[in-house]
Amino acid sequence: MWWKILTGLLIGTVVVLVFLMPPPQKELGDISRIFFFHVPVAWVTVLAFLVAMVNSILYLSRKDLVYDLQAAISSQLGFLFAILATVSGAIFAKNAWGSYWNWDPRETSVFILLLIYGAYLALRSAIEMEDRKANLSAVYSILAFITVPFLVFVVPRVFQSLHPTDSIVNSQIKIQMPPLVLLVFLSSLLGFSLLFVWIYNLEVKVTILHKKIKGSSTIK
Amino acid sequence: MGTKSSTWTSRVSALFLKDFKSELRTRYSLDALVMFAVITLTVVSFSIGMFSLSSKIKSSLFWIVIFFSAMSGLAQVFIKEEEAKTSTLLKLVASPESIFAGKLLYNLVLLLFLEIIIVPLFVIMLGFSILNFWLFLCVLVLGSLGLVCSTTIIAAIVAKASVKGALFAVLSFPILLPLLVTVISGTNLASEGASFSQGLRDLQILFSYTVVMFVASFLLFDFVWEE
Repeated sequence: MWWKILTGLLIGTVVVLVFLMPPPQKELGDISRIFFFHVPVAWVTVLAFLVAMVNSILYLSRKDLVYDLQAAISSQLGFLFAILATVSGAIFAKNAWGSYWNWDPRETSVFILLLIYGAYLALRSAIEMEDRKANLSAVYSILAFITVPFLVFVVPRVFQSLHPTDSIVNSQIKIQMPPLVLLVFLSSLLGFSLLFVWIYNLEVKVTILHKKIKGSSTIK
Repeated sequence: MGTKSSTWTSRVSALFLKDFKSELRTRYSLDALVMFAVITLTVVSFSIGMFSLSSKIKSSLFWIVIFFSAMSGLAQVFIKEEEAKTSTLLKLVASPESIFAGKLLYNLVLLLFLEIIIVPLFVIMLGFSILNFWLFLCVLVLGSLGLVCSTTIIAAIVAKASVKGALFAVLSFPILLPLLVTVISGTNLASEGASFSQGLRDLQILFSYTVVMFVASFLLFDFVWEE
């Protein structure tokens, strides 16, 4: 219970601070404030993908439908956050670089994640039997997760990056941020991650109860 | 040990020959596959008309033709077992690994045969010049191997789904994307006559992708097949 209150307070404080403090980057001005929302949302997209994959592996090794349910919910949430990350990124791109879409490596990666989530959900809706659905979608989720590291190497060779490589994280992978900016950013990251966990837990509970009421469930 | 491995290879080759022979008898996917490739090639060629394109665009078009031809044909290898209701019998007579290896081999032969037809046609119809032929061949063979490794397991997944339709392409594309980007870049290099050392990076990526997908699909095939 206490961590839910903490999450609420944390996100509330972050939202207030983001708009009160000076913009994190002077040249871009006010629009650079999106950094505090866009990056955590993109982070949650990847986190959800990881959670879905871990649940898929757990399902395949233990054959408990709860894990399948968790993988499905994590993917649905991941899909939602991927859309949010894409849209918020596109709005920022329009203002900072002049066009909504540039096929920048990170735009491409988030778009591919969106495609994977879409394909995963399409696969789930195409199979009716529950354990077959669970099996096949778990296999697909793991396969898709394996290919993602390749994209990290392959995609930047096709498109030039517009994302900052020097301003926030420099080439030696050292974070270059004023202490206050760093603090707000990390709090925002934590806040969004906790928000994800909260929604995720709630969804899992609701779906299990829903299945119990319908009486169709094999989940204890 | 020696006898065990020889029975395994003989089982795989028996499964491969079964598919190969039944394909020759029924022409279940081959005819449609070849015609599909020719049609896509014609569409591409007609839409270009008299324009002369850079080798980069030609290599992309080349792999688009191969990708969509593969999408139209490679799923059949498992779908036909489900449609003919022979998959249960197959489960009884052979281990999942040997079934998967047989199907993989069959898809690879099918795809390579398709490429033997597409490559000359593409060279003739679009004036596609290949200056470093050996690099091109390496990219083509490694690319096909990687493509087959990742699509055969997806074919097995799709065959179990009740709605097949466009699912195969939808599921395959995100997984094949790193491969497609790399083979297009490699084909472009080969067509511009780059040396082997320049194409080495692409070949390394293709090789590692193929190995990873091969191992992963072998491990995961059990779960798709067992039910």
